Amino acid sequence: MAAPRLFRPATRLLSSRLASSPLRPAFAKSCAPSFVRARGYASESGTKEVTVRDALNEALAEELEINQKTFILGEEVAQYNGAYKVTRGLLDRFGPKRVIDTPITEAGFCGLAVGAALAGLHPICEFMTFNFAMQAIDQIINSAAKTHYMSGGIQPCNVTFRGPNGFAAGVAAQHSQDYSAWYGSIPGLKVVSPWSSEDAKGLLKAAIRDPNPVVVLENELMYGQAFPMSEAAQKSDFVLPIGKAKIERPGKDLTIVSLSRCVGQSLTAASELKQKYGVDAEVINLRSIKPLDVETIIASLKKTGRLMVVESGYPMFGVSSEILALSMEYGFDYLTAPAVRVTGAEVPTPYAHGLENMAFPQEDTIVNQAAKLLRL
Amino acid sequence: MLLRRPLLTARIPRSVVPVLTSPARRWGSTVSQRPGSDRVVFPGAINSEFTSDMAFITGRDLPAIPTFRVINSDGEMVDKTRAPPNVSDEEVITWYKNMLQVSIMDTIMFDAHRQGRISFYMVSQGEEGISIGSAAALIPDDVAFSQYREAGVYQQRGFTLKDFMSQLFANCNDNGKGRNMPVHYGQKYPRIITVSSPLATQIPQASGAAYALKIKDLQNPNQAPRVVACYLGEGAASEGDFHAGLNIAATRSCPVIFVVRNNGYAISTPTIEQYRGDGIASRGVGYGMDTIRVDGNDVFAMYEAMSEARRRALSDGCQPVLIEAMSYRVSHHSTSDDSFAYRARVEVEDWKRRDNPIIRLRKWLENKGLWNEDLEKETRDSMRQAVLKEFKEAERLKKPPIREAFTDVYEEITEEAQEQMKELKRIIETYPDEYDLRPYQDGLKGLE
Repeated sequence: MAAPRLFRPATRLLSSRLASSPLRPAFAKSCAPSFVRARGYASESGTKEVTVRDALNEALAEELEINQKTFILGEEVAQYNGAYKVTRGLLDRFGPKRVIDTPITEAGFCGLAVGAALAGLHPICEFMTFNFAMQAIDQIINSAAKTHYMSGGIQPCNVTFRGPNGFAAGVAAQHSQDYSAWYGSIPGLKVVSPWSSEDAKGLLKAAIRDPNPVVVLENELMYGQAFPMSEAAQKSDFVLPIGKAKIERPGKDLTIVSLSRCVGQSLTAASELKQKYGVDAEVINLRSIKPLDVETIIASLKKTGRLMVVESGYPMFGVSSEILALSMEYGFDYLTAPAVRVTGAEVPTPYAHGLENMAFPQEDTIVNQAAKLLRL
Repeated sequence: MLLRRPLLTARIPRSVVPVLTSPARRWGSTVSQRPGSDRVVFPGAINSEFTSDMAFITGRDLPAIPTFRVINSDGEMVDKTRAPPNVSDEEVITWYKNMLQVSIMDTIMFDAHRQGRISFYMVSQGEEGISIGSAAALIPDDVAFSQYREAGVYQQRGFTLKDFMSQLFANCNDNGKGRNMPVHYGQKYPRIITVSSPLATQIPQASGAAYALKIKDLQNPNQAPRVVACYLGEGAASEGDFHAGLNIAATRSCPVIFVVRNNGYAISTPTIEQYRGDGIASRGVGYGMDTIRVDGNDVFAMYEAMSEARRRALSDGCQPVLIEAMSYRVSHHSTSDDSFAYRARVEVEDWKRRDNPIIRLRKWLENKGLWNEDLEKETRDSMRQAVLKEFKEAERLKKPPIREAFTDVYEEITEEAQEQMKELKRIIETYPDEYDLRPYQDGLKGLE
C-alpha cells in the first residue's frame, strides 16, 4: 500500500478513487475545522504541558520498552544523557547494551546502525546534529535508503536517524543548515520534521516502528519549548501517521504551508494577519516531508486560492520549490495569485546575530509577504 | 619500506624530479619470489618471514610506545648527561609568556561568555605546552591547520591579542569579517587555515596542502622547503577523515606533521571509549610513518620532537610524521559543556596540581634563575590589563561594514546580490530614520 502512496500522490489526487483509500481520509475530513478543535489545548482537562525534548524522550523510552529490537546509539547519548539531553535517563533505565556511547565516528556508528538494521534489529541512530551526519551521508543514502530496493525487496533496513536539524543560535555556517531537501529528494527514505511535542512523540514513534529507514529532523531551538499534549498523546500507544500533514489553523483566504519551527512562526503571523487585516490564513504543518501530503495542500489551495510556503532551508531546489511546483501541476487553475515561498537566504549562515536573523524567515517577513501576496 | 620511494615518486611530473620518474624504475619495483626463499615476497608484504608458528599479535603483549620528555614535573632535566635544550633564554621566556597569555585570556573570555558578552568560547587550559612548543619549531612560511583548541599556535605565530578579541567580538577588525563562531580564528601570514567546525576535515586537507607545498617548493629553488602542521585531538582520530588523510599523506609522501593532542576526553567520551590499542601513535606506525609520543606538558620535548619531525618530514623526498602529545584536558570542552557531569571534580583538581605545562616551565625558569615571584606577579598583572584593554576596545568597535553582508559568498558579488545592495541603499536613503547605521563601520558608505 505504501508504494503507490509514496510515488504517485498526485495521480491519486486527480483520480476519483480518493475516498476509497483506507490509509487517508478524504480532503473534506482532514480539512474540517472539527479536526483542529479536537486537538487538546491547555484549558481542556487531561492535557499537560510537555517540552519537545521530553516528548522525544518519552517516545524513545516507550519504544525501547516495548520493542527489544530497538537500541539507541550516538555520541554522548548514554553517560552524558545526550548533547541536548534528549536521551536523559535512558542509560539508567535500559542499560549500556541498549543505550550506547560511540566514538566520534559518524561514518562508523551510522554504518554500524545500518548494518544492525540489515541484520534485523531496529536501531535509532542519533547525530549530535545533522550537520555532522554529512560525514556519514553515504551510509544513509547509498546503503540505508537503497538496499531494500537493490536486494529485490528481501533485505529491509529498519533504521531511524534522528537529531537536531536547521539553524540554531549563533553557531554560524557549518552548524546551521536545513537538510529537509537533501533527504527529501532520496527515494527509499522517509523524512519527518516535527514541530510540536505531539508531533515529536507521534512521529518519532512512527519512525521507529516504520520498517523503512526514516530520517527524523528535529530542531534544536524547539527542544525547550513546551506544548500542550492531549490525554491521547500522553499514552504509550500514540503514533502519528507518516505522510499526513496537519492543519494547525483553518482559514479561507490564504494557505501557509510550513514545517518544523517555521510552523510556530507561521501561526503567529496568521494571528497577526487576522488582527491587522482580518485575513484568515490556513496554516498547514507538513509533519512529513517524504512522503509529502499533497492532498491536504492542494485541497487547501483549492479552498483559499493562494499559497505561500515558509521554510528555513535555502531558497533553491528546496522543500518550498517542490511544493510550488506541485501547486502548478495540480492546483494551477485554482490559484488566484502566484504562489510564493519564504525561505532562508542564499548565503552561508552568518554568525553575527543581526545577520543571522536576516538570513531566516521571521514572523514579520511572513506577515509582509502574505500582505503582498494578498495585495493588502 | 625499501621499495616505497621509487613507487611513490613515480607520478611526479618529469620536469620536477627527472631522475626518479622513468617508468623503468617503477617496474624495477616488481617483486618476485626466489626459489627456496625463507621469506614471503608478496607485493603487499615485503620481507615477511615464513613461520609455522601460528602467532597472533596481541597489542597487550607489546610494550607501550614510550613518552619522550626532556624536563620532569619539577622543571629539572630528566637526563642530566645530555645537553640542555638548544634554545636561548630569551626565547624560552617568550614561550612562557605566550603560554601565560593564552591561559589568562582563556580565564577572562570564559567568564565573558558566562556574562553573556560572547556567544561561545573554548579554552585550551592544560594544553598550552603542546601548541606553543610545537609552533615554536615551525618557520613562518610553514602552514598550520588547527582544530579549535590551539590558541597557543596562533599566539606563537604572531596572532595578537587584538586579533583574538576582534574575532571573538566579530568586529570590523576581524579577519573573518564577523562570519564565524568565536574561536574560529584564521591568519594569512604565518598562514593558519581558518578553523573548521566539523571534526577532522582539516586532516586530509592538510595532506593535500603539504603535497601542494612540496610540488611548489620543488619547482621553486628559492623557496625554503615548507611543511604543514596539522593539529587534531584524539577524538578526531576516530573519524574516517583521519584514516583517509594519514593514508594519502603516507602514499603521496606529503611533508605534513600530524600533532595529535591526546587529552583524555572528546567532550564527554573518555579515551577508553574512543579507541583501543596503544593510543594514536600506534596508528601512525600502522600507516608507515615515523611516529613519536611526547609528554605534552613538557614544552621542550614538544619543541625538540617537532623540530626533528620537521627535519624528517622534509628529508628523503618528504614524508609525513605523527606526534602524539599526551596531556589532560583540565578545562571543560567548551562553554557549552559542564564536564563535571561525566568526570569527578577531584580528578581535574589532581591534574591541575600534579602537572601543568605552565607551572613546569616556570619551575625550570626559576631553577635557572630566570624567573621569580615578583616577575610572575608583574607579568600576570600586565597581561591581565592588556587582555582587558583589548577586550574593552574590541567590544566597543564597530561591526564590519554593511557590504560585507553580501561579499565573499562567491569571489565576485553576483548580479542578484549587487541588485540587492542597490535596493538596500535606496531603502536606507529613503527611510533614513528607520535604519541605525552607527554600529557599522563607515555607515551608509560601507555599502559601496
